[in-house]
Amino acid sequence: MKKKKKETAVKEKFSLNLMWRQRYLLLMSVPFVIWLIIFKYVPLWGWTMAFQEVKPGTFALPVWERRFVGFDNFVKAFTDRLFPQTMVNTIAISILGIAIGTISSILFALILNELCFTKFKKLTQTVSYLPHFVSWVIIASIAKMLFNDGGAIDTMLNTKLHLMSTNSWVFWVVVCLINVWKEMGWDAIIYLSAMAGIDQGLYEAAKVDGANRFQRIWHVTLPCIKPTIIVLLIMSIGSALNVGMERQMLLSNSVVQDHAMVLSWFAYVRGIGNNNYGLGTAIGVFQSVVGVILLFIANKVAGLIGEDKLV
Amino acid sequence: MARNDYTIKSSKGEKAFDYVLLVLCLFLIVITVYPFLNVLAISLNDSMDTMRNVNFIIPRKFTLSNYTYIFKENDLGAAFTMSVVKTVVGTVIGVICTAMLAYVLSRKDFYFKKPFTILFIITMYVSGGLLPEYLLLTRTLNLGNNFWVYIIPGLIWVYNVILMRSFIEGLPIALQEAAKLDGANDFTIWLKVILPLCTPTIATVALFLAVGQWNSFMDTYLYARELPTLQYVLYQIMEQATIQIDPHQTSQLANAVSPMSVRMAITIVATVPILVVYPFLQKYFVGGMTLGAVKD
Repeated sequence: MKKKKKETAVKEKFSLNLMWRQRYLLLMSVPFVIWLIIFKYVPLWGWTMAFQEVKPGTFALPVWERRFVGFDNFVKAFTDRLFPQTMVNTIAISILGIAIGTISSILFALILNELCFTKFKKLTQTVSYLPHFVSWVIIASIAKMLFNDGGAIDTMLNTKLHLMSTNSWVFWVVVCLINVWKEMGWDAIIYLSAMAGIDQGLYEAAKVDGANRFQRIWHVTLPCIKPTIIVLLIMSIGSALNVGMERQMLLSNSVVQDHAMVLSWFAYVRGIGNNNYGLGTAIGVFQSVVGVILLFIANKVAGLIGEDKLV
Repeated sequence: MARNDYTIKSSKGEKAFDYVLLVLCLFLIVITVYPFLNVLAISLNDSMDTMRNVNFIIPRKFTLSNYTYIFKENDLGAAFTMSVVKTVVGTVIGVICTAMLAYVLSRKDFYFKKPFTILFIITMYVSGGLLPEYLLLTRTLNLGNNFWVYIIPGLIWVYNVILMRSFIEGLPIALQEAAKLDGANDFTIWLKVILPLCTPTIATVALFLAVGQWNSFMDTYLYARELPTLQYVLYQIMEQATIQIDPHQTSQLANAVSPMSVRMAITIVATVPILVVYPFLQKYFVGGMTLGAVKD
């Protein structure tokens, strides 16, 4: 409260004199605001295309001269022959990804937290971040070398696992596991820093009460990092439909494409591949709107079950 | 922070558990590092020999011919230059812009501090999506296959601005006031007082931007296929099933390399710069990440 008063005290009324005195600050920020409006807000205005018929020929026309079609583009998207499978893939991959990803990085953070060999702990951490900094193209190149038919894993085990060439849910699992391999160490950082903030006295007290190591993890560490877990879960549920197209495209091949297609890629195929700009935009809008709704639902549910809410 | 201080009296079972954890960590290190070593070994191995069995981490028949081949046949030099130029230009311009904006938004007396900050933060949560952005860049602004399409659309990451702003807000305000009394204008204060003090966050932001630029692939794929980067060339080679060899040139056939070896060599070329900066990354990234987590 006090801080707020101080800030308002500093603030002066608008005047040309003030603008002149802050001319350098204005010069140092207004160009970026213009940049922001062009590159971030103009695309938002582009959402109007979702309700119009926009093809390459009509794109140059001003908004009011294009043909309004109401929710036609959305109906077309939902009745597309690719849509049902795309929706199933998107939901399955993100639920699987959130579940495996969260559990594995919490487990990894717990392992590091419990490890008492300090030097070795540092080494493990350093190594575990490495894949996070490597691009998806490189990861895909390595993954294909390892998992393709007749690749390194197949020759090592002397079998045919068909990890990258089974057109079924197997591909979802493979994608999620590769993602875990890449991001587990990095995602564990936030849990580790939450664990570092736990009051050591709680452990001492648990010890005095006769709790063994597992009981201390279960009754002290996990409850203490629960707020962090909830916040991260809410955020990842909010972006559940935003499964990146880059990873899917790079890891898939023509054999497994049916199970690799996700919404953002579908928007690309219909919008840019088939030159139906209106349809592509509609898919993107659907994705964003559902994302916001999911975020609110997850937030509400967290509040209902008595957890800290995000907002 | 060290946990061993509360092991006042631990049972034998708990001691054994420490070694179980150790073995688990060793296993994780192996599965993280092995694929990279495997790729490196294949790239340095004779490609005919690689066909026999791909499971090795020490080259069996050492050769550099895979590397000489990719630089001769695939025009990799141009792609490498493009990646480097894009990374350097994007990082330098990006850092300057981020630092400037972060400083202005840290100034409590700036009249537009609040509205500008809100405008920037909104874009962290809503974005126009793929199609509107694509159309803006390629149709309206006509930036397709223009070098600046790599730099300008991703000029500023709002996350980085917030990171830097909270750092600047932590600096003693007296420094700025002293400079102001000496007659310095706001730009001079930024350049001479703030920037030199910001080295740690500048390093963090620069590394974020540089890694992002070096690794980005979708920008080339969507907007600038005529300006291929290393990542894009690697993608193209992954998509090609085989590499055509001219049957009339038998000399070429003799030192032909398999697509697998070519791919692995390019993979290494694209990875090595990341490995070189990795020790620095480590330090600054983790600091930056937890700072951002605590402040927001």
